Amino acid sequence: MMDDIRFLPCGDQALAVEFGNAIDPGINARVCGLARLLAETPVPGIRETVPTFRSLLICYDPGVLPYKKLIRTLKPLLARAGAASTGTRRVVELPVCYGGRYGEDLPDVAAHAGLSEDEVVRRHAGTEYLIYMLGFLPGFAYLGGLDPAIAVPRLSSPRTRIPAGSVGIGGEQTGVYPLDSPGGWRLIGTTPVKPYDPGREEPILYRAGDYIRFVPVEEREFLDIRAQVEAGEYRVTVREGGAV
Amino acid sequence: MTILQPGPLSTVQDLGREGCQSMGFSVSGAMDARALRIGNLLLGNPEGAAAIEMTMAGMTVEFTSDAVIALTGADMRPTLNGAPMPRCTAVYVHGGDTLAMGAAASGCRGYLCVAGGIDVPVVMGSRSTNLKCGLGGFEGRKLASGDWVPYAAALRNTAGRCYAPDEYPDTVTLRAVPGPQDDAFTEKGLADFFGETYTVTPSSDRMGARLEGPAVGTRGKPDIISDGIAAGSVQIPASGKPIVLMADRQTTGGYAKIATVLSCDLWRLAQARPGTKIRFERVTLAAAQKLRARAEKEYRRLAQGKGWSHL
Repeated sequence: MMDDIRFLPCGDQALAVEFGNAIDPGINARVCGLARLLAETPVPGIRETVPTFRSLLICYDPGVLPYKKLIRTLKPLLARAGAASTGTRRVVELPVCYGGRYGEDLPDVAAHAGLSEDEVVRRHAGTEYLIYMLGFLPGFAYLGGLDPAIAVPRLSSPRTRIPAGSVGIGGEQTGVYPLDSPGGWRLIGTTPVKPYDPGREEPILYRAGDYIRFVPVEEREFLDIRAQVEAGEYRVTVREGGAV
Repeated sequence: MTILQPGPLSTVQDLGREGCQSMGFSVSGAMDARALRIGNLLLGNPEGAAAIEMTMAGMTVEFTSDAVIALTGADMRPTLNGAPMPRCTAVYVHGGDTLAMGAAASGCRGYLCVAGGIDVPVVMGSRSTNLKCGLGGFEGRKLASGDWVPYAAALRNTAGRCYAPDEYPDTVTLRAVPGPQDDAFTEKGLADFFGETYTVTPSSDRMGARLEGPAVGTRGKPDIISDGIAAGSVQIPASGKPIVLMADRQTTGGYAKIATVLSCDLWRLAQARPGTKIRFERVTLAAAQKLRARAEKEYRRLAQGKGWSHL
């Protein structure tokens, strides 16, 4: 397992530890496992880590921890990185109101897939999606696990403004827009929950290695949850348990 | 201080928001970290105290209480109550004094440091402005006319302390360590990158310096599986034209990165105006960490009060 690990220096203050060259849950589990080990037992000189699909960027202070010493410190952890990720599965549940004015592209997605709108929703909500990484925008989660039957090409001309909370499908990917932003994904629903809220103690609801499940809700419940979110009273459901 | 005229892009910055990249937040922070650090050290501040970064042209401000200030970075031809004011010098100003600056005569980014530091709230560990997210700094945005910007009480009065201002030549050599994806490029691509001369384009910003010059050839597609991006990483998009990623860079990206500019050289690029010629010099990682250590020694000496000149 150690043989396929590559140390890729990113200048004098960062190192990418690459565990493979594929978007793969097993590889990503080792990335997140190493990030977790370094978070649990901080190493003096390591300033922060950035987990991505198949590598962990480690930002460090070479004045405290020169490169060779960093590598010596990391090596014993690498063997444990895989095991460190096999903890409990943390699943964050996001309520979503699908279709209608909350997901105006749902009919297009259904037509493209040759399925009913209900079946698209059933398949989209029927999966626990692995968060491979966060990036692009604060709290933007790159998710794995979309049912290929409901994969659909991006819009040929992106929208200039997609409201925060929109749930979309773009190609083989699905996800939630954490901020108002331009985007080309097809919108199938909206969550009243804010994946990113700068005023919250934990501004981002989830981290790489967690899972997301979308839970369909009707409009009345959507509005009710949104009111609770606005009042700062809503707590997302997080289920922990089950092996990864 | 009250902002009378804000200049094109003036923001509160410190040394950046560390520890939040894993959630997708850019680091932000001063583009020319050297100028920020020296400005703060001139005043006896911690080197990472917050200051105001001004871009291409400076501000006009009125101080509403006495302060000790220092201007570092680009030469924006500062005047205090109409009289020329020295740069890179700790200067005592009185409540009611007006500091005015114009277009940068050399360099791009000027820093107004105040003894005690600019006193805006700390958001997720930093006072830096993240413009994309509208957080940190002064209400998450660039400064505007009429804003009143507080500074904290100064610990010391270092007025009269000065240091040689940095110079910003028309041709800049940036030392860089190959990687993390130098193997994605052809021999000729690497030889071009480290041999040819590139030019800073006007579309450069706080996110990255976009360069014009010979396209850098890749072995296959320039796309990689998205990974993390270090400060100073040089990504090569499909056009083959290098982009050196700076303070407001995205945390992750899917273009191959041919090399990473040394942390102790990045300030030179932050001050490179459009049209500046850029050459990249290949250095080993071991050499890079030695060069960084040498640069850090200078700041350490200054922090100990050594190496300063006095008016």
